[in-house]
Amino acid sequence: MGRYVIRRLLQALPLLLAISAVSFTILKVTPGGPLAAYEGNPNFTDDDRVRLEHAFGLDQPIPIQYIAWLGQFLTGDWGYSFSAHQPVLVLISERLPNTIYLMGTVFVTVLLLAIPIGVLAAVKQYSWFDHVVTGTTFAFLSTPTFWLGLLLIIVFGLQLRLFPLGGIQTAGKPFDVWDRLHHLVLPVATIALVQLGSHVRYLRASMLETIGQDYMRTARAKGLAERVVVLRHGLKNAAIPLVTVVALDVPELFVGALVTEQIFGWPGMGRLFWDAATRSDYPVIMGILTVSSTLIVLANLFADVVYGYLDPRIRYS
Amino acid sequence: MTGSSVALPTITPALRTAQRSQWQMALERFRQHRPAVVGVFVLGALALLSAAAPLVSPYDPEKTALLLIYEPPSVTHPFGTDGLGRDLATRILYGGRVSLSIGLLAVAVAITVGTLVGTVAGFYGRWIDGVLMRLVDMMYSFPRLFLLILFGVLFKGMTLPVIVTVLGLLSWMTTARLVRASFLSLKHREFVEAARAVGAGDRRIIVRHILPNALAPIIVAATLGVAAAIIAESTLSFLGLGIQPPTPTWGNMLRDATGEMEKAPWIAIFPGLFIFLAVVSINFIGDGLRDALDPRHVVRG
Repeated sequence: MGRYVIRRLLQALPLLLAISAVSFTILKVTPGGPLAAYEGNPNFTDDDRVRLEHAFGLDQPIPIQYIAWLGQFLTGDWGYSFSAHQPVLVLISERLPNTIYLMGTVFVTVLLLAIPIGVLAAVKQYSWFDHVVTGTTFAFLSTPTFWLGLLLIIVFGLQLRLFPLGGIQTAGKPFDVWDRLHHLVLPVATIALVQLGSHVRYLRASMLETIGQDYMRTARAKGLAERVVVLRHGLKNAAIPLVTVVALDVPELFVGALVTEQIFGWPGMGRLFWDAATRSDYPVIMGILTVSSTLIVLANLFADVVYGYLDPRIRYS
Repeated sequence: MTGSSVALPTITPALRTAQRSQWQMALERFRQHRPAVVGVFVLGALALLSAAAPLVSPYDPEKTALLLIYEPPSVTHPFGTDGLGRDLATRILYGGRVSLSIGLLAVAVAITVGTLVGTVAGFYGRWIDGVLMRLVDMMYSFPRLFLLILFGVLFKGMTLPVIVTVLGLLSWMTTARLVRASFLSLKHREFVEAARAVGAGDRRIIVRHILPNALAPIIVAATLGVAAAIIAESTLSFLGLGIQPPTPTWGNMLRDATGEMEKAPWIAIFPGLFIFLAVVSINFIGDGLRDALDPRHVVRG
């Protein structure tokens, strides 16, 4: 197992290099960049341009620029934001915790709700509970995240005035746990409801498949309580494929986070990316693309490893 | 053609009937999937109404009427009017034209690219397969919306052909994997070897013998892909980087709504409701198609 993990990590390296090289090239061939701010400025002469391009290394071929970027990136120098006038690493390390705080809460909430709902819907297949669950999850799966966010704001923020309309906490107020939680409810609900749809449906289908297996009948036949049969023999096996689904949804979490952070004014990575993209702030864009694709690759690797651990039938050679 | 044409007439009719009955059986199964049938009707109605928008609605979708700003829903304006006095229902119908076509066209691009990549990887294998599958892994590891936003900024808002191409080029990977898997499992089967033995070339084997067998999963993936593309386009337009106003799309109409959600909540509700209706119908159709085309995969409920 340890060897397998190491081999997979080594395989992930060229993938990450390729991803960063492609991102870098896309950003280089698109207009904008550090000199865009000077475009149209009458005092900005061609001489200035040549001088600055040389200073920024922009007159080098793209592969050379990439290698230079990579060297700096690996040694912790992620560049300097043109618009925020701060090091990229500082900006990202300020925002990443806020996104992880949001996505982590979503992640835990979804799993805590999806497992009992999915199991119950499968055990009581075709009951009214099952029908309600199947219908609702299908509806949430088909709802665009941003529209769900707007609806939640209209109903619970503007009409019922139960929750704040945005932000991570009340502006200017000192840290307060209740205030934080209060601000967390609507953004979390926005992402969680959509994700809940896919996870519940998956777990239900996987549970239904497990229920029909011979070992379930055997477990019952040897006199185990129904609870033990369903949870220990059923859920344990049915939950294995869920690991993969959860990992494959990590990119979706980023998307959900970006849209949600935009709607609720949440100071996270999604907002940072949005601000950087609309201002062509390339060092920041590069940093975020690299961090997020690394997280996605690691999540997939993690899923494969956990999958193999949970299901000993899978052998890695 | 010359050598085998003697034998063909006797074989073809038998093959044809067998094939037709297979699709007939699928149609039969699809009809029994009630949500899917409802989905077909709802989606069909949406498409028809959008296509016939100038006949259905007496209003101009882009002409402003400053005396009719933020009218709540009424008999003359069933979904109310927006911040420029335009009839919301009319704009939703015209927006449906754009949003639905983008969904369909983007998937057409994705399916074409995905089938090509999957075919080359699965049929020719070896290092080409390795390279192409690493490319697929790479594309999967990019957060798609991030790239969409970059392209949106680059093109300063997208026109229909651009958004269709970009969406298509960012979503072909699932099809490529499906097609490749079909090729891997089929290319050493007896019927392929038989075709090769009677002298069929690579092209004929790919197009006539293997791809038709991969059709079912492609159709299902394409259907669900349309729903995903509609959501992606509306998200992008909502963020202000998709199709630009005054041309209405369901996404950019919702962007207009964000400022006035207390005063005119209907502007935020109705366009989204139509995205939801379209997407839920398409997902139901996809579900029905999966049950109908792959009898082994029957998950009822």
